Amino acid sequence: MGKFFAVTVAIIAILSAIPIVMNYWGPPADISTHGAAIDDQLHETMWEAGVSFLAAQLVLALFVWQFAGRGRNDKLKNFPGGAKWLVIAAFLFVGTEILALGVIGQKAWATVYFAAPDKDAVTVQAQAGQFAFYFRYPGPDGKFGTPRPDKIDEGNQNFFGLDPENDVASRDDIVAGELAVPVNRQVNLLMHSKDVGHSFYVRELRIQQDFVPGLDLAVHFTATKTGQYEIVCTQLCGLGHYNMKAYLNVLSQEDFDKWLKDKSAQ
Amino acid sequence: MRTKPILLTLLTLLVCSSLMFAGTVSGKVTYTGTPAKQKPIDMGKEPSCAKQHATPVTGETVVTGPDNALENVVVYVSSGAPDDGQVPSQAVTFEQKGCQYIPHVLVMHTNQELKIVNSDQTSHNIHPLAKVNREWNKSQPPGTAPIVDKYDKPEFISVKCNVHPWMHGEFAVLSTNHYDVSKGGGDFKLPNLPPGKYTITAWHEDYGTQTADVTITGNETKDVNFTFKAKAY
Repeated sequence: MGKFFAVTVAIIAILSAIPIVMNYWGPPADISTHGAAIDDQLHETMWEAGVSFLAAQLVLALFVWQFAGRGRNDKLKNFPGGAKWLVIAAFLFVGTEILALGVIGQKAWATVYFAAPDKDAVTVQAQAGQFAFYFRYPGPDGKFGTPRPDKIDEGNQNFFGLDPENDVASRDDIVAGELAVPVNRQVNLLMHSKDVGHSFYVRELRIQQDFVPGLDLAVHFTATKTGQYEIVCTQLCGLGHYNMKAYLNVLSQEDFDKWLKDKSAQ
Repeated sequence: MRTKPILLTLLTLLVCSSLMFAGTVSGKVTYTGTPAKQKPIDMGKEPSCAKQHATPVTGETVVTGPDNALENVVVYVSSGAPDDGQVPSQAVTFEQKGCQYIPHVLVMHTNQELKIVNSDQTSHNIHPLAKVNREWNKSQPPGTAPIVDKYDKPEFISVKCNVHPWMHGEFAVLSTNHYDVSKGGGDFKLPNLPPGKYTITAWHEDYGTQTADVTITGNETKDVNFTFKAKAY
């Protein structure tokens, strides 16, 4: 019975590793400049975790195979040096691995979060609210109007609480339900939550960043392929969470300029 | 045995005579100035709704017609009507279609049955923001039975959908049956008003209310016009 169990554990471990090793469920093609580093990092994590997982399962199977038939009165065998050194070795092994992943991964992380955005980056404000994303562009004057929560009136399409009557900078602000960006140009996304926690996730962009109420965060990215991609909320935000999505439209510079012009005219 | 036909005759006479001397208040609602431009609604996140509109629909807060006509203004008898407690037996219907509310402004009598229908292929969460009446919000998946409710106090209630932020409508709960909502030409008509003194109120969701006093002496039509000052923003 013990040997059967050992073989079963080994087979399950090997079978479950096959789809990952063969990359059956890989992510969609990356469309960002920083995505390759994220993919490398994920790959590395998967390899390290995968090898550790397989090793642990196979050692478990081996131990079961070896010692399952032990009689009630057989003498217990200890790991050489006792459990203490085994635990210390495990701590060192896992700790080094996690540290190494962190140090290597910092590069991928820093390109999105710590490095300053380019000077000619397109600045867009993304606002998440139950249960839709809205995006704001500063318009021809290059300045965002000041949002005023008391002016938010969604039924009148004033999702950001702009006050065009008194705030001149807000008069030309462009508000859209889609995120249009030019291809091969950096986009600096200022993230603001209107109510609760949300998340901005575009698989192809390799970006997943939470919106935190009361904390305005920024991420920057450069999309390298035109097309339409889905933006989904990946932070459970309430009843309509399942339906909270928008689209990222990566356009050529000319199409983007035209899009801005059309939106301005509306 | 003879009292029944006599009573019926008297009742018929009474109804006929009141109709014979029934007056009408009619007029037009207009605006001055430049109203704010209604922006197109981006329904991109709800493709099943977006595809129902060949061209993007615009907000309906301010809907205008030719010659400065103002639509969606509720004009009603706010005092003086003799039949204030009569609740119509027929329900009023509020439809969610193409991720819009139809009609945008729905008038009902207090305690009149209100039926809310979802004709879309998506779930809505209807949320009338009542302050005087009891506030509630209810989810309505596609293909489910209408939500039936009623309001027992007069109130103007903004309605929103908790799933689709752009959706916006208004409930006007009145204690009278003498009302009209101005349409394309801004016209309204309040017929069947027996002789008496009335206060007529015109309400617009963004421009506020206006009132006018009018006296009906017999079988006549009185002209009452309302002019609202438009807001540029």
